[in-house]
Amino acid sequence: MKRLLAILPLLGVVVLVQLLATWTGTQFYLTQMTMAAYYSLLIIGLCVLMGYAGQISLGHAGFFAIGGYLSAALTTLNLVPHRAEWLVRFLNGCGLLAAGTDLYGGKILVVLPWAAAILAVLTAAGVAVLIGIPVLKLKGHYLAMATLGFGIIIYRLVLATSWFGQADGISGVPPFVLLPGLTVSGNVSGRVQNYYIAWGVLVFGLFLLLNLMNSRIGRALRAIHGSEEAADAMGVNISRFKLQTFVLSAVFAAIAGVLLTHFNGGIGPSEAGVMKSVRYVAIVAVGGMANLWGALVMGVLLNFLSLRGVFGSYDDAVFGLILILIMLFAPDGILSLVSRKKRQVPLPEAPQDEEA
Amino acid sequence: MALLEVEKLHRRFGGLHAVNDVSFQVEPGQIKAVIGPNGAGKTTLFNLISGALAPSSGAVRFHDQEIQGRQPHEIAARGMARTYQNIKMFAGMTALENVMVGRHIQGRAGFLASMFHAPWTWPEEKAIRDRSMALLELLEIADCAHTPATSLAFGQQRAVELARALAMEPSLLLLDEPAAGLNIYETAEVGRLITKIRGLGVTVLLVEHDMSLVMDISDEIVVLCFGQKIAEDLPPAIQQNSEVIKIYLGE
Repeated sequence: MKRLLAILPLLGVVVLVQLLATWTGTQFYLTQMTMAAYYSLLIIGLCVLMGYAGQISLGHAGFFAIGGYLSAALTTLNLVPHRAEWLVRFLNGCGLLAAGTDLYGGKILVVLPWAAAILAVLTAAGVAVLIGIPVLKLKGHYLAMATLGFGIIIYRLVLATSWFGQADGISGVPPFVLLPGLTVSGNVSGRVQNYYIAWGVLVFGLFLLLNLMNSRIGRALRAIHGSEEAADAMGVNISRFKLQTFVLSAVFAAIAGVLLTHFNGGIGPSEAGVMKSVRYVAIVAVGGMANLWGALVMGVLLNFLSLRGVFGSYDDAVFGLILILIMLFAPDGILSLVSRKKRQVPLPEAPQDEEA
Repeated sequence: MALLEVEKLHRRFGGLHAVNDVSFQVEPGQIKAVIGPNGAGKTTLFNLISGALAPSSGAVRFHDQEIQGRQPHEIAARGMARTYQNIKMFAGMTALENVMVGRHIQGRAGFLASMFHAPWTWPEEKAIRDRSMALLELLEIADCAHTPATSLAFGQQRAVELARALAMEPSLLLLDEPAAGLNIYETAEVGRLITKIRGLGVTVLLVEHDMSLVMDISDEIVVLCFGQKIAEDLPPAIQQNSEVIKIYLGE
């Protein structure tokens, strides 16, 4: 209940921002706020993996891309030429396909966004399991390198596959009707609605993760971060918990990818790029690693500024610089600079000589 | 029937026989100590029993089942808890939260139930918190419950570590040098806590350097030297044992 109350002011801010934008006639800001919210969904998932379970991933743009690209490809691939094949007939029989006409009046048959989204998120989860089992045995730099390798593979795969549009990416992704009257799309008329959908998803995600961190599972994850050896001796199945957290964060990334792709109406290879993964890691670090609220605030703020073009063509350079500065001057996050004074605790008593 | 049986246990590191053909038993309700000079293989022996290391050969039977080579978390689930010579507090968590981790195996809530804060997990969560608080009271550090564990004094951290191990409701508790780094008053305090723990029906196996503590609280003592067992007897007999005196004091 207490956690629910902590979220209420956030909801207030969300509503206030929308009202302010409407009153001042600057509703166009809401578009970037919507996109920033989806990126932040990925970032709070990564925050649980990095800050709480203590496992770094430099490949999370890969999971975002798996979600975004699969739902984009499936909802734009015209199945009319394959209508006779058993798989297409089977899918159609299950009601997973939607028929329609394209711009030129031609008949099209595509996978429904719901079905595509579920398949995309499940694929991301499956890939996370396959990658996670071998890779999570590694620690520190080695884990960072291995996940970086995964990210590069996904990036090169989408660049090399014609089904994924190669360097052009995929465009013309249809709107995603979540519920009747609730549609994820980039239509200007649906701007306010989409702002609330994105923030609803983000706040709900935050709520789930805050719950998780204050539970038996969250304690086990933080214990793994503190001392793997001792957590193991307390009965915590370390490899299973690391894997489950990895999959959870991959699912958050994939959901973000699916929704943002439908909102943007397309996706391009830069979303799968390594610099995106570095950016997400940098934002989690700025937010204070083991701090979901910090990750959320910094995720929204920095993504919003970046999307508004404040950093110009130095965008990636700025995030690289942020990462360096944070590691040097505020490894506990930017908020720790404010609270450093009062957080100073006396050092524990030095252990005396063993023979004493 | 012995609670723990160590049979011809052997562990090599390259050419070094860190634990060499060691056998002994721990009876339920005992406080048993393993002593020996530095490098005798005491901590290696503990790591073999608790699963942190796999033996090169030999067997460890706990509750009559072979456990050698199993993962530490599997052995923990069978009721074996341990502490460390260099206290391993979970940083970033309070003393109470540290103890609550100790009740991990008693809990059932998984990822989904925890994320949705499912009502059926509420009583479980409350039970975990209440029991952990009771253990902090038992070990006389309830005042520190909400202090970050790593900012506590060394002796207090020892007590939190003991509470955390007890939270697992173990039948056997392994203590690796519980008096290491403590002064004589704190050592006496730890000795008192260990006898209190035995009073709860927990069997204790400890490794210790501090002879006065070992002689005070142990029912039986195993002496290791260069990986081999050279004596196993009651404390007064160990004090008289010429071979033990030789390795501790020289000829």
